[in-house]
Amino acid sequence: MTIRHHLSDQLLMAYSAGELPEAFGLIVATHLSMCDDCRARAASFDAVGGALVEASSASSGPMDDMLARILSLPQTRAVPQAPRRRTVLPAPLTDYVGGDLDAVRWRSVGMGVKQAILSTDKAATARLLYIPGGQSVPDHGHRGMELTLVLQGAFRDETDRFGPGDVEIASEDVEHTPVAENGEACICLAATDAPLRFRSLIPRLAQPFLRI
Amino acid sequence: MRLEGEADWSALVLRVRDNADEQAFSQIFAHFGPRVRAFLRKSGATDAQAEECTQDVMSTLWQKAHLYDPGRASVSTWIFTIARNRRIDALRKSRRPEPEDLPWGPEDEPDQADVFEMQQESRRLVDALAELPENQRVLIERAYFGELSHSQIAAETGLPLGTIKSRIRLALDRLRRKMS
Repeated sequence: MTIRHHLSDQLLMAYSAGELPEAFGLIVATHLSMCDDCRARAASFDAVGGALVEASSASSGPMDDMLARILSLPQTRAVPQAPRRRTVLPAPLTDYVGGDLDAVRWRSVGMGVKQAILSTDKAATARLLYIPGGQSVPDHGHRGMELTLVLQGAFRDETDRFGPGDVEIASEDVEHTPVAENGEACICLAATDAPLRFRSLIPRLAQPFLRI
Repeated sequence: MRLEGEADWSALVLRVRDNADEQAFSQIFAHFGPRVRAFLRKSGATDAQAEECTQDVMSTLWQKAHLYDPGRASVSTWIFTIARNRRIDALRKSRRPEPEDLPWGPEDEPDQADVFEMQQESRRLVDALAELPENQRVLIERAYFGELSHSQIAAETGLPLGTIKSRIRLALDRLRRKMS
């Protein structure tokens, strides 16, 4: 797998800092499971966090009681991990799906396109998309940032081609119409910022697709 | 520059792991306990929350020292990741999806040279952070203390991350080779 579109430093740093909405974190964790280069970059941002802890000036206040409490706790032994069953979906996703690709509860959204919304915190929405080969994804006018990670197949849009492991980072001003390549269906994980709270019905009607 | 004789944190964690060494743990606790608490306070935790989270973090260190891999991270980095995850669980009531785990086999003690290099790189990073211009350092701190939104976090850190990244990449490559 040759990954050409990687995560940005902003995303990796925010992931390391623990500041990403869960849905974006899921995209990052899934990409890291497929891309050792970004995994190493992410670990270097963790090292920045470690340096910040190291550089924190020690807070005052006694901690002897805490030390005594901890030392009274039993230590646990390393449990040999059962080898993971090989799955089509990367490990972080199987946790959210509750199984592999065959366990996804798809809902049709028309023209052969299917989606499954995954349960995450409300700050952003994550969903799996299934796009038959040759089919375009109807314009879905996302707000805020949208991340799309290809799990299987490939799609093209006005900017480039995206294959397995590639991430497209699209800001609000990117108008794109992704089209799945002919052949194998394209399966993606997509995350978008939470929708704005609509006060009238009109913008709601302008968002007919994907209920995001 | 670091003083000679600074504690070898990795070696101390391994003593906790292998011998339940209370003296080694006390030394780690005396250094990192107050720093973790200060870090959490700066991240917006109340005093009570910081106290509770610090106890959770340091308990993990005591109880699950076997999870530490000195070839892939310095002790301060490992502690940071535990503190970060506790903060997300406890304060934000959310969770952070983790990448697929790449566990070392039980017989695979990392190479001593790798462990040493990892510690050197981590020290270099602490020094580099201290030497950054004030405004840049503050920006990085704010990013990690949760005071910037993800879209505000600057990409340009000005830190020597290339070398530490290459070291981690090497460790991952070796690991992948062993697993395949």
